Amino acid sequence: MRPFAYQRAADIGTATRLSATDGTTAIAGGTNLLDLMKLQVETPATLVDINRLPLAAIEDMADGGLRIGALATNSATAADPRVRRDYPLLARAILAGASQQLRNKATTGGNLCQRTRCSYFTNIDQPCNKREPGTGCGALGGTNRNHAVLGASDLCIATYPGDMAVALYALDARVEIAREDHSRTVAVRDFHLLPGADPTRDNVLEAGEIITGVTLPPPVGGRQIYRKVRDRSSYAFALVSVAAALAMEEGRIARASLAFGGLAHKPWHDPRIDDLLTGQAPGDALFHAAADLLLENARGRGDNDFKIPLVRRTLLAVLREATGGAA
Amino acid sequence: MNRSYTHDEPDNRDYLESMVQGVLGKALPRPEGPLKVTGRACYSAEYALDKCAEGVLVTAPLASGKVLQVHKESVLDMPGILAVIADSRLLVRSTLGEPVKRYDGSIDYWGHPVALVVAESFEQARDAAKHLRIDYEMDDLAEVICDPADPRIEWQPAKNPQQQGDLDRAMAEAAHAVDVTYTTGSHASAAMEPHAAIADWDGANLTLYAGLQMLRYNLPDVAEAAGLERENVRILAPYIGGGFGSKLGISPECGAAIIASMDLGRPVRVVMSRQQVFQTITRRPETVQRVRLAADRDGKLTGFGHSSRNTHLPGESFVEPVLQASRFLYAGHNRDLLEESAGIHLMQPGAVRAPGEAVGMQVLESALDELANQLGMDPVELRLRNIPDVHPVDGRPYSSRRQAETLEQGAAAFGWDGSDRTPCARREGEWWIGTGVAAAARANFYTVAKARVRLNADGSATVESDQTDIGTGSYAILGQVAGEMLGLDPSRVDVRLGDTRFPHGAGSGGSFGAASTSTAVYLACRDLREELCARLSCEDTDLTLKDGHAIVGNTRTALPDLLAGDAIESVGSSNPGKTREDYVQSTYGAFFAEVAVNAYTGETRVRRMLGSFGIGRVLNEMTARSQCQGGMVWGIGSALTEELVFDKRDGHLINCDFAEYHVPVHRDVPHLEVHFVEERDGAASPIQAKGVGELSVCGAAGAICNAIYHACGVRVRDFPMTPDKLLADLPDP
Repeated sequence: MRPFAYQRAADIGTATRLSATDGTTAIAGGTNLLDLMKLQVETPATLVDINRLPLAAIEDMADGGLRIGALATNSATAADPRVRRDYPLLARAILAGASQQLRNKATTGGNLCQRTRCSYFTNIDQPCNKREPGTGCGALGGTNRNHAVLGASDLCIATYPGDMAVALYALDARVEIAREDHSRTVAVRDFHLLPGADPTRDNVLEAGEIITGVTLPPPVGGRQIYRKVRDRSSYAFALVSVAAALAMEEGRIARASLAFGGLAHKPWHDPRIDDLLTGQAPGDALFHAAADLLLENARGRGDNDFKIPLVRRTLLAVLREATGGAA
Repeated sequence: MNRSYTHDEPDNRDYLESMVQGVLGKALPRPEGPLKVTGRACYSAEYALDKCAEGVLVTAPLASGKVLQVHKESVLDMPGILAVIADSRLLVRSTLGEPVKRYDGSIDYWGHPVALVVAESFEQARDAAKHLRIDYEMDDLAEVICDPADPRIEWQPAKNPQQQGDLDRAMAEAAHAVDVTYTTGSHASAAMEPHAAIADWDGANLTLYAGLQMLRYNLPDVAEAAGLERENVRILAPYIGGGFGSKLGISPECGAAIIASMDLGRPVRVVMSRQQVFQTITRRPETVQRVRLAADRDGKLTGFGHSSRNTHLPGESFVEPVLQASRFLYAGHNRDLLEESAGIHLMQPGAVRAPGEAVGMQVLESALDELANQLGMDPVELRLRNIPDVHPVDGRPYSSRRQAETLEQGAAAFGWDGSDRTPCARREGEWWIGTGVAAAARANFYTVAKARVRLNADGSATVESDQTDIGTGSYAILGQVAGEMLGLDPSRVDVRLGDTRFPHGAGSGGSFGAASTSTAVYLACRDLREELCARLSCEDTDLTLKDGHAIVGNTRTALPDLLAGDAIESVGSSNPGKTREDYVQSTYGAFFAEVAVNAYTGETRVRRMLGSFGIGRVLNEMTARSQCQGGMVWGIGSALTEELVFDKRDGHLINCDFAEYHVPVHRDVPHLEVHFVEERDGAASPIQAKGVGELSVCGAAGAICNAIYHACGVRVRDFPMTPDKLLADLPDP
């Protein structure tokens, strides 16, 4: 770990101004950042502590939606009665991740920004285009059981590791971002990036920008399921996960919104799958067609080939359950 | 006084049974427990020494090559830096059974320690360690073998094959035969306490605070590393946060701290990072095992073959003793048992909890289940039919073997029904449900041990030994042995351990610590009782010691009165003798597991598990039970989640923290029932106790493998049985 300067931001303006400086990183819960600093993957010259900013509230919005402050802890969000009642998918996804101790520290904004768990990224003695552009991808041709089968590039096959964001994709949340002079919101589905030609960037945040909150659209009811498949029953990253918010009307799927974790550099949302399902009578043929669409361009890299049949089976389980069929 | 005893003949007298204090075997909580759970027990890294400098190890990022130059000047000007040590005094490793390896600049595996950076603060040392510039000569990776599956490996047979009759012919002629190959993953000890040491050199004497398991063996290694006589070295290890074999020998942080302290003339602390512990500390090697079983129509084994391969570092010879129990466990006249090994450039293998049987038994017991299925026979019955009367090759008797009882009593307690083993018979929602059984066996060891027992003038007692307590309950059981023998409540016995100034105990390894060091305590107490008899002019058989009083006939004397102001003490010394060779000594047991396998995803959850064990005399029912439960948790890990994963190209470790190396979490572990079969084994030790720390790992994963097959019809022959390995063969959901 490199020595670093520490500054505490008293207000959002100060936080964004300080964050604009090269080599400066904002720290909230620190559950990911501190580990990466110890491994010298992250070497910020300055940490801006944003924990004192007034961003921990979970508030009702005028349109009937819910705003979750960037500093609301994962524990607080998962325990919030409105979240549990109206967005159970989000509560379940959060509780499927990490451990209680980590969730007590981890925040909404930080969780969205968590970095890949690719072991070549976290090992500074191995090549990694994300950490050190131009060095190559160690996982290609290496051990890649946890790696991407969708949306990868020849430079990077890392996956986004989180659970919360997968639920937010299915719920079509938006991310509020502040900069010193203005603020903006982006659809969470557009927040994370695919690796493409520049795997160093995980998301659309620019220098000097910090996340201030996440907004959820008004609740829409229906059935919400978060299904995470993992090597042990807790404290393990997803092999694959499926988030589904789905409503049935008169025996047909009236509305469907699905997102997938563990498959790509970002949580995966394919609007064609939602469209395919909507208006249809549920059935295994339809569910397999949805999986076909999802996996149209899937490509295994060896160790992770199993994710392709695994996510198909998991999707089948989720859709059967969500549409009321026998499990 | 002192009393030395060599165990040449079985001791089947019930001397301990004639004691009346009634504390031995009881489920008494460990006396140091409150210190541990309140943070007052001081572990190696936690000693607050004045002017203690901090050292951080530097490891090499290459599989094979050598250090050309360490550019000390690249960090010596950084703030707080005191020294960089990279010379031939550094001890790179000392593994039990292997020669001490000193620093010679050569690199055998990715993660090999090459230097120590010492600074005023830990943060300074850690930063400088990353800045230290080192020139390496890297061997061509195309020529360096890092993958245990590399076809270029030349396997060397170990020196102890077991061959009898003609197994090939027996297999060809058998009514039923199974010939299967299984693989098991490499395991980390993954002790909670990272490897850490503080060395304190005062110019004449060296004190080393280090969480080591075997102080009697560690002392000469430390003295050698320091270039000192043993008399000038003291090791303190009163509390150890888990060892599991990884702290049997002194590891690089100890040797580095010693040299740094002697160079600087002040204490130096070296704590490995969690990643370094995973990358640098001995691991259980991966194994490839072939099992061949030939049986007649009644399930009697006519042939028995078991072979195993593992890797070790080049120039070393560590053979995982996979076949240790296979040599004597089952019948079958025609036998072929062979262990092979080879050196490759992959992190150093060594002893991890229950070396050998831990992975050997889970494979053997899975293969046996395959035979039972072929026979259409209850797998419990198949095992009962193949328990030999004597060693199947050399004809030696078993010291005590309660295997049938463990199977039968375990089956009854579990509610086992082995009448129909057809898979896919039970489905609950998304889950296939199945049950499985496996036998447990672990060779029993008994070794030299000494302990001093002092009966203090106030009537209390003190036990002193450099026996260690690695979380197993040594403090508790030694207090109970002394309490039982001397008629004292264990609260009146002060047990002091983990200090080389005390007589050398057995240490913690091979499950021998409890029986061996308890025997030393027992012998010392026998001596003290004799002294009391002399003072009371009575025979030992007439002396009753209870609640701090000596009772002879109608006379009851408080111990302080009898001692008249003076303490008496004795050193007991227990030595293995002819019983070790004359009898096949082992502990036995059985595991029963019920699992649920998700029909969609292949995820396996253990729903309940029972272990039934015969371990000789139980010294403390609570700590013995805890040991067994811990071993069964290891079994769950070995079955489902645990594996060190390496990059095949350069041998670097992929999963080097607790987030990625998957020990079972609470949710993976159901209620674990432990059942003890009443047993006394006079050939094992004079106190008729055997070891307990390792047996409960040995075969546990096999019960889970067999339960998975029974649940969903998928036979996974590659441990750990992660979901991806079930998917291809799972029935459509």
